[in-house]
Amino acid sequence: MNTTNLLVFDGLLLFSIVGLAWASLATTDERRSVILFMAFGLVLAVAWGRLLAPDVALAEAAIGAGLSGALLLAAVRKQSPGSSHTHANPDRNYSESGAKVVLQWLVTLLCAALAGTLAWALLHALSSAPHDTLPRAISDNLVASGVSNPVTAVLLNFRAYDTLLELAVLLTAVLGIFSLGQTTPGYQPAGPVFDGLVRWLVPVLILTAGYLLWVGAHAPGGAFQAGATLAAAGVVLRLTGRSRIGLPDGFVLRIIMAAGVGVFLLVGLTLLLLGRPFLGYPPAWAGALILLIETAAMLSIAATLLLAFVGGQPQSTAVNAAANRQREENSRC
Amino acid sequence: MLTAQVLYGLTACVIVALGLRGALLHASLLQRVVAINVMGAGVFMLLIAVAYRGPGLPPDPLPHALVLTGIVVAVSATALALALARRLHAEQDND
Amino acid sequence: MINLASSILILAGLFFYLAGSIGLLRLPDLYTRLHALTKADNLGLGLLAAGLALHSQHLLTSLKLLLIWLAVLAASATSAHLIARQARRQETRR
Repeated sequence: MNTTNLLVFDGLLLFSIVGLAWASLATTDERRSVILFMAFGLVLAVAWGRLLAPDVALAEAAIGAGLSGALLLAAVRKQSPGSSHTHANPDRNYSESGAKVVLQWLVTLLCAALAGTLAWALLHALSSAPHDTLPRAISDNLVASGVSNPVTAVLLNFRAYDTLLELAVLLTAVLGIFSLGQTTPGYQPAGPVFDGLVRWLVPVLILTAGYLLWVGAHAPGGAFQAGATLAAAGVVLRLTGRSRIGLPDGFVLRIIMAAGVGVFLLVGLTLLLLGRPFLGYPPAWAGALILLIETAAMLSIAATLLLAFVGGQPQSTAVNAAANRQREENSRC
Repeated sequence: MLTAQVLYGLTACVIVALGLRGALLHASLLQRVVAINVMGAGVFMLLIAVAYRGPGLPPDPLPHALVLTGIVVAVSATALALALARRLHAEQDND
Repeated sequence: MINLASSILILAGLFFYLAGSIGLLRLPDLYTRLHALTKADNLGLGLLAAGLALHSQHLLTSLKLLLIWLAVLAASATSAHLIARQARRQETRR
């Protein structure tokens, strides 16, 4: 009986996941597409919970649905006033509609073939005997890793190289965004209701980020989820039209952006000097070192995500105010 | 072979194909970015489905860690893609 | 006994969710739909959280569930207000 119920639940869940993905891609209305994508992300988070991946579920809800959604919605907002070139000529490359239909069918067929190949590979992999060496190696060495949450142990200890490089990817992305242009225009000052919510929501978000960071050592959570929560506090501050959203100015901001990679490298190099392998923590110190790296990583991740939402290098507040005034005058003309 | 692994794994294949199709066929850059994110979600689902070991058993944490990394890389790639699209539109407006 | 009580609470919560969803699909305009969504779903979530808290029989978990409920209450009330105000402004502009 239990398995039947679970099967019904799985069926409903997967049906809504595929339906939302389809609906999000079938529409040509960008705003609609983004909102459906956010719903898709939230239902996915439920699926991760169902598959016993709570760490991933938290990250999906906070980053995959929440912050990606905020980024995409902000992009829709920027394009919407006046300029609609995204839709002006949807088939500029294929003026003949016949060629376009043929191409659409060809692409659809090829994508279906890809799905078939993937499914065949998956079933082939699942039907062979499961390789349990890696999971067993993880659970055997968990005691020495300094944390008891196996996902955190993999991320910050066993495969710390991956996470170091991932933080470098984040830093590269934000440097790319900096080099592409200025920040997007700010938002109108919010009314009393939204402002009132944000007044107590931001401290709660900061506390929650600290909690997620701490709890990641032995339960679902960690630097990624905490960083996303911290960035969300900045996002809502920006949405209420504030010019100060928790990002420091100039040099301090640069330090925070680089802190994740920097502290990671410092720890690794210090261990090298002490005669240990790169990022090979001594078991007695592992817990403390992981918390140190995760704290720096959380700050970097939060700053990166928030800067991505702002859309570029924030000027100091005085310059910002002047730019806003200039922009207002321009729009008035 | 577990039913849940097969169910979620096959759905993941469908989502990857849906996302790829959208990324190739959509005219709007923003919707292409959404489509690539959908495709990424399909890949994540494939990994999480393979990591599942059945009810009551601890799942394989290694794919979970990979997916966590993937989610964060995906959002930073999305942000960079959106910034590129914004700059592209600005350049087109200037012409 | 506690199991029964928590099941009843969860079922009641699901009923309100169902009512809210039917309201979202069936009601004629944005304001009534918002009303159905926020009112019914907030109560539904409250009952669900109470049921789960009873089921867990753990003080810390119960407090976390309470906090989640309060946060959702405030967020959904605020977003309903923002959506309704925006819709109202667009109407008057027309």
